[in-house]
Amino acid sequence: MLDAVSPLQAGSADGDGGVIKLAILAVGGQGGGVLADWIVDVAERNGFLAQSTSVAGVAQRTGATIYYIEMCRDAGRMPIFALSPSQGDVDILIAAELMEAGRAIMRGFVTPEKTTLIASSHRIAAVSEKIEPGDGRASSAKVHETAELASKRFIAFDMEKIAVENGSMISASLLGALAGSGVLPFPRETYEKTILASGRGVKASLAAFAGGFEGARGGVSSVARPVVPGSPADKAAEHSSVSSATATGPAEPTPDAGEGPHVDGPRKLLAGWQELTARIEELPPAIRDMALRGLRKVVDFQDTRYGVEYLDRLDRAVAIDAEEHGYGLSIAAAKHLANAMCYDDMIRVADLKTRSTRGARVRREVGVQGDAILQTTEYFHPRVEEFSGAMPAGIGRYIESRPKLAAFIDRRINRGRRIRTDSFSGFAALWLVGGMRRWRRALLRHQVEQAHLDRWYDLALNTVAEDYALAVEILNTRRLIKGYSDTHVRAQSKFDRVLSALPMLTGRADAADWLRRLREAALKDEKGDMLDGALKTVATLGQEPD
Amino acid sequence: MAERSFAKEVEKLRLGDGEEFAGEGILAITKALLQCGVGYVGGYQGAPISHLMDVLADAQDILGELGVHFEASASEATATAMLAASVHYPIRGAATFKSTVGTNVASDALANLASGGVTGGALIIVGEDYGEGSSIMQERSHAFAMKSQVWLLDPRPNLPSIVKAVEDGFELSEVSNTPVMLEVRIRCCHVHGKFIAKDNKRPAMTVADALDSPRRDTGRIVLPPASFLHEKEKISKRWPAAVDFIRSRKINEFFGPDHGSVGIVMQGGMYNAVIRALQRLGLADTYGETDIPLYVLNAVYPLIDDEFLSFCEGKDAVLIVEEGQPNYIEQAFASMLHKAGRGTRLVGKEHLPMAGEYTGQVMLDGLGSFLRAEAPFLLSSEVRAPNKTGQGEEIPDLTRVVPGRPPGFCIGCPERPIFAATKLVEQELGKHHIASDIGCHLFSIMPPFELGATTMGYGLGPASASAFNSPDAKRRSISFVGDGGFWHNGLTSSIGNAVFNKNDGVIVIVDNFYSAATGGQDILSSRAGNKTKSTKHPISKAVEGMGVKWLRHIDRTYDVGKMQETLREALTTDEKGPKVIVASSECMLNRQRREKPLVDKAIKGGERVVKPKFGVDEDICTGDHACMRLSGCPSLSVKSLDDPLRDDPVAHIDQNCVGCGNCGEVADAAILCPSFYRADVVHNPSRWDRFLESVRGAVIGFLQRQREGRRLNFADA
Repeated sequence: MLDAVSPLQAGSADGDGGVIKLAILAVGGQGGGVLADWIVDVAERNGFLAQSTSVAGVAQRTGATIYYIEMCRDAGRMPIFALSPSQGDVDILIAAELMEAGRAIMRGFVTPEKTTLIASSHRIAAVSEKIEPGDGRASSAKVHETAELASKRFIAFDMEKIAVENGSMISASLLGALAGSGVLPFPRETYEKTILASGRGVKASLAAFAGGFEGARGGVSSVARPVVPGSPADKAAEHSSVSSATATGPAEPTPDAGEGPHVDGPRKLLAGWQELTARIEELPPAIRDMALRGLRKVVDFQDTRYGVEYLDRLDRAVAIDAEEHGYGLSIAAAKHLANAMCYDDMIRVADLKTRSTRGARVRREVGVQGDAILQTTEYFHPRVEEFSGAMPAGIGRYIESRPKLAAFIDRRINRGRRIRTDSFSGFAALWLVGGMRRWRRALLRHQVEQAHLDRWYDLALNTVAEDYALAVEILNTRRLIKGYSDTHVRAQSKFDRVLSALPMLTGRADAADWLRRLREAALKDEKGDMLDGALKTVATLGQEPD
Repeated sequence: MAERSFAKEVEKLRLGDGEEFAGEGILAITKALLQCGVGYVGGYQGAPISHLMDVLADAQDILGELGVHFEASASEATATAMLAASVHYPIRGAATFKSTVGTNVASDALANLASGGVTGGALIIVGEDYGEGSSIMQERSHAFAMKSQVWLLDPRPNLPSIVKAVEDGFELSEVSNTPVMLEVRIRCCHVHGKFIAKDNKRPAMTVADALDSPRRDTGRIVLPPASFLHEKEKISKRWPAAVDFIRSRKINEFFGPDHGSVGIVMQGGMYNAVIRALQRLGLADTYGETDIPLYVLNAVYPLIDDEFLSFCEGKDAVLIVEEGQPNYIEQAFASMLHKAGRGTRLVGKEHLPMAGEYTGQVMLDGLGSFLRAEAPFLLSSEVRAPNKTGQGEEIPDLTRVVPGRPPGFCIGCPERPIFAATKLVEQELGKHHIASDIGCHLFSIMPPFELGATTMGYGLGPASASAFNSPDAKRRSISFVGDGGFWHNGLTSSIGNAVFNKNDGVIVIVDNFYSAATGGQDILSSRAGNKTKSTKHPISKAVEGMGVKWLRHIDRTYDVGKMQETLREALTTDEKGPKVIVASSECMLNRQRREKPLVDKAIKGGERVVKPKFGVDEDICTGDHACMRLSGCPSLSVKSLDDPLRDDPVAHIDQNCVGCGNCGEVADAAILCPSFYRADVVHNPSRWDRFLESVRGAVIGFLQRQREGRRLNFADA
């Protein structure tokens, strides 16, 4: 099939005869230049004349960059090649990242009549996507849908993954995908010859090339799966997909839902766990998955008794919930109760950082191999707030009610501390803090958090009777509470500001909608300027004659 | 040493008569210079001609063999002043820089050079940084050619043409005693193509010969009365000589049929785009054979009256394709036609936009509109009245989906922590007026930092804040300047000026050991040894020499805490006069290029190597992204968890992390969160390492078993 005459050879309707136009859109640092050089080399190996151009300069510093190649069969005469791609006049567009494919479409370089779009479906989040306190990432699904419409043929899968798995650069897997697509009239060996000739990291490059080649031929079910708009897969940072035009693989396996997680420990505790899971079985099916996850989280955070408290709280919601609502209230409660009960205190952090599973995960992520040794440094910056929070409630309050004393303590402890958890002393220190778990209930932070939780949870449940949807949104507002120290304080204030709108909203038919909008606004920026704007709008609502 | 090494490519510079040269446009120009027997070359790096400087720097041996002197000039003014060597001596010299920014800096020397005129050929190769990919204000070099009356060549964008332009340029310069500018656009500089090489020529006279037999001629020096004669000579002698050369040597080209009712005149650099548009209109073939008469100006200044007028002979309308504005060429031609009383209609900017790059689409629309108006009969029916393309379903608009991706700081960039610290200081002390400069550090104006109000030119950051110096002010201005800009012009224009005028502001000099934004070329303060240049001259010494009293030197910019503290002190101290902070750490891009191979080799060689990398505990990260608002590092990104309990993506550090330390430092300095960790992997550990590891492992393992034996442990917790 590869040696078969490619559709491009017939040439386009334009007067440019058999000129093949290929553009590469990449993110600076991805090695688009290498790919361009390779493609030119492949073309020349196949008796084609080729010209490549690029726009270097600062754009290469992590910005969007573009490389352009024109080629045509050598008829003994130099054609006039253009130096930049034209809208509606690109035969092959290679995008080294999904949003760059979107950019190519926006710029008109991808057209249904002409363009084969070969894109790596992985995401490199732009700064603007990363700095939102919420989830600011662009919708990959929208780009996929559009690409299907905009291109003559759309080939997309995670070529970055293939490159990394083979210890190579994405330029190699992209070249493989180009070869595999068969859109250029060049046999596979000529591509491989080019890589061989390049001389550096040949073995890895060839492996990545092969991966890309198979992928374009539809053989990468392992990394390829269709994206359902709005699905977790869609939102996933590094997800992959393959257009219907090419391979499709099995959908992403859903995480262990009903059957419950694998758990071990002392028999006595396991028995306690069984009782808890038994209570979950009595819940309406719709709630069970979320409830089980929540239960596992709180038990892991504290103990089985904490799990009992969790389910007791949850039952209050279930009791006043109903089938016709799809148990939305209970599911939201199951989710946010767990998050609220597992607040981020020093004990939790210390506990998590001293587990055997954690050590293993770090080794995995860093990729420690052979006899290499791993040394781990943790960054802590405790303040008096954390200190008094970790004191028995009485003492903690005593400190907090005396600014001078608090300041005195703060001066002693408020500084950055780097703790080596691979060293004995460092590990022991954290291990001891993690051990304070058993007294946690008596500590100030716990009592503060419980009080806050109860106020919020009661508020939600008391709203159910008059406005079910609003109650659910009150529960969801919990999403705003996250972060440590100043960030946590800011989050708390956003949470309070959002709920401060309730008096203005209760009684309105669209109250729930408004509360959701406020929450979403609060997640848009750091200080909550958008939120304040939205609150002003809400304030004016009452004045409208209904 | 530059970011990219041309050590391999420069061997192509040795190619001899009849051999085929294949490579980048920039490299072709370098080869052409040697073929022309150039005696000396200088310039200042900057896209799109950075590679020209890099190639020359890597080609020192070859240049040496030929007796060619190469200089990495301190600035574009220096490079142009260097051409003074061709004033009295018959030595061919070339200078190169980015335009128009470089030409702005060079214009003092350029005007003086142009006034006195030259004996040896003087060629100025300007990289026209205009249109997509440009990093500077959008202006034309054309104006400089006109104001100083130096000739401007704008060859067709293919290797044989630009090589020929270099050869023609030297001759033109010599026959008309005038410096010549050769304009090459961004893509032309980076175009890969082929041409048939000639042997390199030793300069007939080298700079050494000149030094041995000095010459002078008062008539060439810019001082009355000579300066008045120079102006007259430009008009009476040099201009006619140039026009004569361009005409007789057929520098400008004609394509297509001799006769036709319409014709197109274009700058040489526009030729390929014009042909592509004609191809798409069905009026030209793959090889540029066209039915429309074309007049291609490889020399755009001066223009040749009779050449143009004879082209217009018998034509109803002529289109001028002239990129950029003002449309000098169109205006000049219009007045020629008018004065000659010709009826040919001259159009240009009516069909093509006055401002902006002439992209493929713009050219297609422009030529289409011209032909539909002036010669519709040439067009096929579907071109004349095209049916709506893109039939079928509407393609959704993605402008609201696809995020912008402006250039930013690289992974591990040492400038990132400087701006993280600045952002933190502003959170304490409030907003300040911040003046930025040219260089990578200018990326601070974009998210996540959004610091910096203006940029006024290379090395002029502090100068652009000089007005903000008032005894009544409660706050001080902060200004940034890079090491590149500092040596280019900042030392005098910014630091000297601040000292002399007792400016009370804070000046941060970002020292990353290279002229990094232009490709990592060495400069005076570079820390690396350089065979042919003198480096290792500390910026702090120069600053002291200028008379700065309050000076702090930070030798590890990644120490965000210290950076923050120093800035705070600078902004609050009672000390008068400029407060200068020199913040030094090596450009990570260059450092990796230098160290990575060594480290890999060491690891393979069994040496003990500690490699740092950062990570995030995803169960501790709460997904508020505060760390990213103080970083923007490409390898610190967001990641979704497969956990319905978690709504927002958490922080994640990918395999490209170089362990610069910014994440941890920022988490500490800004008191963010404890989810970051640094993982130091000790490759080929020593016996002692292993012993320690085993003991620690035993104890830690014991403690872990103790606790995990008494609790429930969830598989994936």
